[in-house]
Amino acid sequence: MRRATRARLAADGALLLTAAAFALPLVWLALSSVDAGADLRVRVPSSFTADNFDAVLTDEITFTPMLNSLLLCGGATLLTVVCAALAAYPLSRHRSRFSRPYLLTILFTTCLPITAVMVPVYGLFVQVNLIDTTYGTGLFLATSQLPFSIWLMKNFMDGVPLVLEEAAWTDGASYLQTLTRVVLPLMGPGLTVVTIYTFIQLWGNFFVPFMLILSPEQMPASVSIFTFFGNYGSVIYGRLAAFSILYSAPVLVLYVLIARRLGGGFALGGAVKG
Amino acid sequence: MSSTRTGLGRWVPIAPATLLLLFFLAGPIGYCVWIAFTDTQLTGASGSDFVGLDNFRRAFADAGFRNAVLLTLVFTFVSAIVGQNTLGLALAGLMRTASRPVRTLTGTLVITAWVLPEIVAAFLLYAFFRREGTLNALLDWLHLPSQNWLFTLPILAVSFANVWRGTAFSMLIYSAALAEIPRDITEAAEVDGASGPRRIWHITLPMIRRSIGTNLMLNTLSTLSVFGLIWAMTRGGPGNRSQTLPVFMYDQAFQKSLIGYGTAVALLLLLVGSLFSVVYLRLMRVEV
Repeated sequence: MRRATRARLAADGALLLTAAAFALPLVWLALSSVDAGADLRVRVPSSFTADNFDAVLTDEITFTPMLNSLLLCGGATLLTVVCAALAAYPLSRHRSRFSRPYLLTILFTTCLPITAVMVPVYGLFVQVNLIDTTYGTGLFLATSQLPFSIWLMKNFMDGVPLVLEEAAWTDGASYLQTLTRVVLPLMGPGLTVVTIYTFIQLWGNFFVPFMLILSPEQMPASVSIFTFFGNYGSVIYGRLAAFSILYSAPVLVLYVLIARRLGGGFALGGAVKG
Repeated sequence: MSSTRTGLGRWVPIAPATLLLLFFLAGPIGYCVWIAFTDTQLTGASGSDFVGLDNFRRAFADAGFRNAVLLTLVFTFVSAIVGQNTLGLALAGLMRTASRPVRTLTGTLVITAWVLPEIVAAFLLYAFFRREGTLNALLDWLHLPSQNWLFTLPILAVSFANVWRGTAFSMLIYSAALAEIPRDITEAAEVDGASGPRRIWHITLPMIRRSIGTNLMLNTLSTLSVFGLIWAMTRGGPGNRSQTLPVFMYDQAFQKSLIGYGTAVALLLLLVGSLFSVVYLRLMRVEV
């Protein structure tokens, strides 16, 4: 019994040390955002202030980039989820010579370093006049997330029993009706996970909009925050921290909403379970 | 019975996704293969000529490219294979004996670092490693020598940043894997008098070896494509001392306007990625 207690104390100690190391940058973010004279080290502000938040809550700094992010990532998420649901349905329901190679290709694509295709994508976008457009960037973002979403969606769909669809077919429902009225509602939680996960991934994506969107008024928050601390000469760290918190808040909240389902067992949608 | 439920019609819903993938992913990859064999430039050049393997020959003779390959290896080895993988496994293991509040606290912090947008993480760690930053403040407090980390050891600074950001993934995978090991096996070994380290080496590790393989593969692949984190922290510098392959590719293609050469580098990166993907698929022996 004593040995178990000792082991637990040792484990607690080691974990607390790691937790402290992981916490430091986050604590700095939280404290700096309410510190009028924030610099680069962690310290308790001599006086707490909301000035940093006040200063960044303007159209130019916060609202426009956040709205751009919402349009870009919201649109791309919608497109990804609709296409993934449509594609996953036949893949989940019909076995044929075609579905296995298709799924293997999808899984293979999931693993490719998408960063590497950004140079040719830029070239392609210049040629087909999609450069510096929100919808063009959205289309590419949606595609980049599509393989994983199809894979995830298919795994969730496999969990819906086939008998229920057969009942709907007997009642004369069409193929598409069966998908939208029977299968998708039954996999509601799975659908939520795919949607939120896709949105979180896209919201944080920096490289794609950094390459494909050029005009400042179209930039999403992931890129505007970068110009914020890249170009403005003397950076006001308190404001940058405040903006970082505002920009990160949506994904943190959304993650909490799906955290239970993602949990350990999620292991990225069985893509990893093997 | 409508024809959409049988025959080819039922594959129609797959079309939108397939078209997107063909146009926006397969297309650029194909284009990549073509451009990599030309001397395309962003400005000035009128058209582009086929130059065969010149870009690749040039890459292997280019000290900048070799530097990028070396730094990518260091970055991947330190941050993915050693850092994220080992720390993730250690955290998952320790959490099995730790008390509940500590487990929850650590888990939450590690996962928060993972969920934060890439560029915010980069900004936080930039502040942490700067000369005036928290790390040096901490070292001063401990009476240890401080230094300008982003200048003296930029590749290690970005590697640690990647560990901070990416360890949660390994932790989640290993937590799931460890939870599946039946208790009685470890208990039996304990009764037989096997010590802690021996139990880990002879029982735990062999039982989760598939998860280890999977995790190593996925960590490596995601680390190979890290761009924003490094770009925001150091821009590949000072000089080119943290210029991994994605940063080198960007630099050649856009700062130096050598699209053909930059694309050749991208193609090499894709090839390495594909190789890992194929090994990964074989390792998993997926049943689909």
